[in-house]
Amino acid sequence: MTVLADPALAADARRERRFFLSLSLPALFIVGLAAILPILWIIRQSFLTTAGEYTVGNYEKVLSSGLTWSALVTTLELSLATLAICILLGTPLALALASARPRVANLLMAFVMLPLWTSILVRTYGWLVLLRRDGLINSALTGSGLTAEPLPLVYNFTGTLIGMVHYMLPLFLLPVYAAMRDIDANLVRASASMGATLGQTIRTVILPLSAGGIFSGSIIVFIYTIGFFITPAVLGGGKVNPLSTRIERTLSTFQDWGSASVLGILLLILMALVGMMFLAARRLIAGHKVDTAHA
Amino acid sequence: MKSLPITIDGVRKTYGSYVALDDVSIDIQAGEFLTLLGPSGSGKTTLLMALAGFVRLDRGKLLLGDRDITRLTPNKRDIGIVFQNYALFPHMSVLANVEYPLVLRKTPKAEARQRALDTLARVKLEGLAERNIAALSGGQRQRVALARAIVFEPRVMLMDEPLSALDKNLRETMQYEIRRLHDDLGITTIYVTHDQREALIMSDRIAVMNSGRIQQIDTPQRIYDRPSTRFVAEFMGEANIVAPGSVRKIDGADASREALMIRAESFHLDATLAGRDGMVLEGMLRAKTFRGENWLLTLALDGGQEVLVCIPSALAGGCAELAAGQRVTAYAPATKVHAIPGAAA
Repeated sequence: MTVLADPALAADARRERRFFLSLSLPALFIVGLAAILPILWIIRQSFLTTAGEYTVGNYEKVLSSGLTWSALVTTLELSLATLAICILLGTPLALALASARPRVANLLMAFVMLPLWTSILVRTYGWLVLLRRDGLINSALTGSGLTAEPLPLVYNFTGTLIGMVHYMLPLFLLPVYAAMRDIDANLVRASASMGATLGQTIRTVILPLSAGGIFSGSIIVFIYTIGFFITPAVLGGGKVNPLSTRIERTLSTFQDWGSASVLGILLLILMALVGMMFLAARRLIAGHKVDTAHA
Repeated sequence: MKSLPITIDGVRKTYGSYVALDDVSIDIQAGEFLTLLGPSGSGKTTLLMALAGFVRLDRGKLLLGDRDITRLTPNKRDIGIVFQNYALFPHMSVLANVEYPLVLRKTPKAEARQRALDTLARVKLEGLAERNIAALSGGQRQRVALARAIVFEPRVMLMDEPLSALDKNLRETMQYEIRRLHDDLGITTIYVTHDQREALIMSDRIAVMNSGRIQQIDTPQRIYDRPSTRFVAEFMGEANIVAPGSVRKIDGADASREALMIRAESFHLDATLAGRDGMVLEGMLRAKTFRGENWLLTLALDGGQEVLVCIPSALAGGCAELAAGQRVTAYAPATKVHAIPGAAA
């Protein structure tokens, strides 16, 4: 911010800043109402018995249960696996999109975005049609004699993972594609003119310059997957139980608001931790000055 | 460093119905500094990018020495390129940028560092090796781009309007420095610019381009004094193109049936200096402008054609007193009157 010598100009600048800040008030109000208040309510709920008396029993019950810890492990496994596959599939796809001619890129982008515009429920049941024992894929596999028995593609971790990746890939792709498209084409040309193969250019120029986008995409995918409910619930067939499905089960089967609130808080803490880890890692990378060209 | 000649042989490039390069042929000698000069859209950058390997030609051949590089990928051409926007890697330090081509060539680490530092010293950037690119001024970035293009000792260097983003004073300094660097290294250089002054100052030869064609390839002095087309004459400076019939007297000048070109600054107003040979023309003063080092007078000849007359301030004693509407006689020596072959006025 420049220092304005004239007090009248400085006052003007202050007024302007205040005005722009005030524009964010409606949004802040809604966020406060719809996010902060319920969270406070859940925290309160987690310390109450069903009769409405103060207790720490909910915490004791949830934290001593093996189901909680296995749900935590499943949550992390599912999130990490989804993220890993999104990075492996999404980064090359973003690169292809960013280097395609505009018309081709737009067409491909439409295919990528199409799932985002479709209801999550429709998509999840769509996968069910494709993946179940007598589904399209297994019929084709057994019908053509490629496999004797139908493959267990759904109602397990594999099926859940397929559904999760399908949902998360566009969310990962968008920031990575944006970062790659913003790279000056002359940088790629310069690299080639100095003798770099395409692989070397990707490694030394394109990937480092799109690291910010890959990071943003990763945070989005990871945080989203941690709390995701529908896909594990439908495609997991009861065998894949991350924290989200545990919360639902605790509420619908046991009407135990206290324990469900504790699980919810656990999920919140997990998200906050992961978010902080990502931000810390990003700061570390940004602060680390690249002083050699690893070709 | 051994530099190589370049042969551009009958190259053609079209984008749809647009002809970007139309049968262009140039022979560039080893160690020569050749400038491609022309307005935007003349094809000069397309030709440079074709040499670099980023534009695929429809027809024609490109030779580096006797090696045919027409179909070679850019990374195998061994050509140093300075891009218009410098194209420095923003995520690497100055040193890493300059080391980059050496690292790609698997040069031992210590040697790569030493050569990069030596090259940085050559472009007067010693002490800035550890800087971030973002912390450099425009002129410093230009020097890093130069260092990076020469550090791997390419046989040929291509420069695409490298000075267009710099302010005027810095641009003039860099013109001399780039030329000095070229003379030290003896590297064959093709330089693209739309600035005719820059081309005149820097080049061994200039190829003037327009609409995808070479208009003339010649030394700066011949391009300026003896343009072969009307386009070259007008692009290179304030040119007057008059029909022989519209001047009052003309002696000694060649080819009096064709269009005559006289540079505005070839005129003087001093009747006592006018020799027997030369051109004399008379017209009515329409406008006069003081431009610091000279006065620019616009004369309307009797036929209605306007002629620009440029008089150095040191010799323009009477110019300030001239009034519009006054009749003025201007003289030009015969050696400065050039007949443009085949052009009608």
